[in-house]
Amino acid sequence: MTATTTGQPTTLNRYRLQAYLGRFAVHAVLTLVGLTCLIPLILVVSISLSDELRLAKEGYQLLPVGFTTFAYEYILQEPGQILRAYAVTAFVTAFGTVAGLLICSLLAWPLARKDFRLRGPLSFYVFFTLLFNGGMVPFYILVTRYLGLKDNIFVLILPYMVTAWYVLIIRTSFAQLPTELLDAARIDGAGEWRIFFRIVVPLSKPVLATIGLFFVLRYWNDWFLALLFIDDSSMYPLQYLLYVLMANINIMAANPQTTGMPIPTLSARMAMAVLAFGPALFSFLLLQKYFVRGITIGGLKG
Amino acid sequence: MINDKQLRGQASATERVIHRLFGNRREFKTNLSLLSMSLPGVVLLFIFAYLPMLGIVIAFKDYRFNLGILGSEWVGLENFRFLFGTDAAFRITRNTLLMNVLFISTTTACALVVAILMNEAYRSRMSKYYQTMLFFPYFISWVIVSYFVFAFLNGQTGLINRWIDALELGRIAWYRSPEYWPAILVLANLWNGIGFSSIIYLAGILGISPELFEAAKIDGAGKLQQIRYITLPMLYPMIIILTLLAIGRIFHADFGLFFFLPRDNPLLYSTTDVIDTFVYRSLVELGEISMAAAAGFYQSFVGFLLVVGANWVVRRVNEDYALY
Repeated sequence: MTATTTGQPTTLNRYRLQAYLGRFAVHAVLTLVGLTCLIPLILVVSISLSDELRLAKEGYQLLPVGFTTFAYEYILQEPGQILRAYAVTAFVTAFGTVAGLLICSLLAWPLARKDFRLRGPLSFYVFFTLLFNGGMVPFYILVTRYLGLKDNIFVLILPYMVTAWYVLIIRTSFAQLPTELLDAARIDGAGEWRIFFRIVVPLSKPVLATIGLFFVLRYWNDWFLALLFIDDSSMYPLQYLLYVLMANINIMAANPQTTGMPIPTLSARMAMAVLAFGPALFSFLLLQKYFVRGITIGGLKG
Repeated sequence: MINDKQLRGQASATERVIHRLFGNRREFKTNLSLLSMSLPGVVLLFIFAYLPMLGIVIAFKDYRFNLGILGSEWVGLENFRFLFGTDAAFRITRNTLLMNVLFISTTTACALVVAILMNEAYRSRMSKYYQTMLFFPYFISWVIVSYFVFAFLNGQTGLINRWIDALELGRIAWYRSPEYWPAILVLANLWNGIGFSSIIYLAGILGISPELFEAAKIDGAGKLQQIRYITLPMLYPMIIILTLLAIGRIFHADFGLFFFLPRDNPLLYSTTDVIDTFVYRSLVELGEISMAAAAGFYQSFVGFLLVVGANWVVRRVNEDYALY
């Protein structure tokens, strides 16, 4: 060993230098790309913390100009609308996630069972919805005319509750459970429902956590169902409220509470956005690894 | 005696049928329990997925709200003649296909580069932070992204125009210039999706047997050669398959991206109007339900053929990756 290293010191050093430079380049590029991804976030947070008059004069900047939290105070001084939107979104997210997880996993379990005689046809029934869908128009007419769910809070929940993709991911995970445990429970006389809740669910916490997170983000970030079916402004979820505010810049300016004060339309709008994505971003940071795992199992093959 | 025997014979005949269908009594009970478990999901799918599939017939009807789907009159291909008689039909088809091709190619190329770099940095402490920075945009809704884009692009206060001002190049009215929007949408889509795609490719790279790299190293291959002759060839099947699956979805545009970012601005329709935004606008804003239904049917039908076709090809390449 020593003979070879002393034999060619220059090539080895050059090799090391190259490896070192290569590593440096890798980290430099990744840092640059990562920071570029962060820029929009930084910009919006900065605007929300900027002084309104200076924003109007100097335009948006990457760092706050004349640091102030006035925009947030302004929004929270009359918090009725945003609190309502939060409440709607929180209810929809909580209810939709729990109910959706329950119904999806209840549907996934029979599909994972080799002794279930309708496994084939039922799998196709679930799977086919991935290949073909009726599109927006029949869906819209069904919900508004036939189900009469317009301006009903459950229209924000029910359509997403069973998602074929989630069902198939859960099924794949269920199918890998050890059968010995299930057989033992069966010999002890446990019924199918009992086996499901006492053995299958507790053993499948990782996949259920992942799919639960997918549900949470889907409901939290949804604006589509509200765009189609909610006209009553007391039932706006958060994302839809933001869209309405963006579309009608003057809604906030028309707030009669604040006559005489400079109305922070520029900064307040961005502060609203921060208040809306803040919780989602925070939960993402906490639970990122579950998402990554979910993607690597589910992203390739359901 | 005879009666009793007949009765017993009959009972065993029905029992045999039941046995054929459901197995013995215990199996029957098991199957019944499993079926009842699946019931809520089956019903919800029926209502929200299968009923709209049946409702697709309205593309061939003159839909009147008071008459309903069944009561409205059949008009054959009238709605389609109407749709394809407009300029919009060509525009939305072209924009949907073109933008999706741009999205697929840019995201795949950039995600591959990022995944290879991430693999090189995989053992470093920093890799976690890189992943977080690249991945978080995936969880930001398009509504919020429209705020981000507005902060960059709006006419008076937007960041980009301020930079242009500083260079004294003359401002650009972004929200009135359709020619810039394909690039803006590609960037927004890339920002949103690169984390997700690169994680999938990174998982693929991590799955490559380390022995291959060891052997190459012993043969004197440098990093770049390893990437070129091992990493990329080993990823080819995955790249091809993910691209094919994306092509299967090429007739469906990301509604939120195309609706919120250009802020539904008619001045920008020439480059930003896609099938999904057209259907929504015809249906909800203009109330032209027949037009919307025809465009929706066109999308569902061609989309279905593309998915099935793409899957057929995928199955030929590698059966494990096929959807079915």
